[in-house]
Amino acid sequence: MFRPVLWRFGGAMDPLREMQRLRQEMNQIFSGLDRPLSEEFPPMNAWLGEGDIIITAELPGVDPAKVDVSVVGDTLTISGSRETEPLKEGESYHRQERGHGRFTRSLQLPFHVEAGKVEAKYDRGILRMTLPRAEADKPRKISVRCE
Amino acid sequence: MEHKVDYQKKPAQTPMETERTKNRKVYTPRTDIIETGQAIVLYADMPGTDEKSVDVTVEKNVLTITGTVEPQGQTGRSMFYSEYEAGDYERAFTISDEVDRDRIEAVVKNGVLKLTLHKAPQAEVKKITVRTE
Repeated sequence: MFRPVLWRFGGAMDPLREMQRLRQEMNQIFSGLDRPLSEEFPPMNAWLGEGDIIITAELPGVDPAKVDVSVVGDTLTISGSRETEPLKEGESYHRQERGHGRFTRSLQLPFHVEAGKVEAKYDRGILRMTLPRAEADKPRKISVRCE
Repeated sequence: MEHKVDYQKKPAQTPMETERTKNRKVYTPRTDIIETGQAIVLYADMPGTDEKSVDVTVEKNVLTITGTVEPQGQTGRSMFYSEYEAGDYERAFTISDEVDRDRIEAVVKNGVLKLTLHKAPQAEVKKITVRTE
């Protein structure tokens, strides 16, 4: 990608900015929050079974009606938004560590999924999806004959 | 003397570092704290917990939040991809005297703990109007 040379030098060689970045990172390490703030949201786990895959996502404080789960072929997409209550007059933040706003994440699965049979359940802030493998995508056993 | 035994007592670390009996990871829940006129409201992200597995205690001026999460194995399936681990939650805050210890409300919904720490009546904000003469 093309970027103006001046900007590039300015960004790389500004010691003050580097110091600020270092301080931010150090603060993050010592604050006890071991996950970086810029990581992708929501974090997901996947378990692979014989004929399906289970995917769980840590999605606390989201209205389940506002979460969209869609499957196209072998791609799973989760999107939605996490909202914080707007501050009323006279209220102020002491601390704001929880992220908010819209999120979208796609995950490529190891096989095509039967989109009509996908189940999604939201419980205790965890979204759990069971995605069965498409019939057409299942491996076919070929018997070997001996002549 | 062959074996030199150290009879001197060893000083403890301050504060003494404690270890957990359960061999499970502990996470610090991300928390928002909002001050309103009558209360301090705290939101903590604790996915995997419900009203039975969250404990809130106040001892002197330390408010401690703990949440336990039982790790869920998926029977007959193997871990394929992992970005997070299930673990317990623990975090402590110091609170000032303005919080009324008897009126702390805790609600867990969708994996988020909401704590409402009401202020003691004398600590509530009193607005003083400024007049001109």
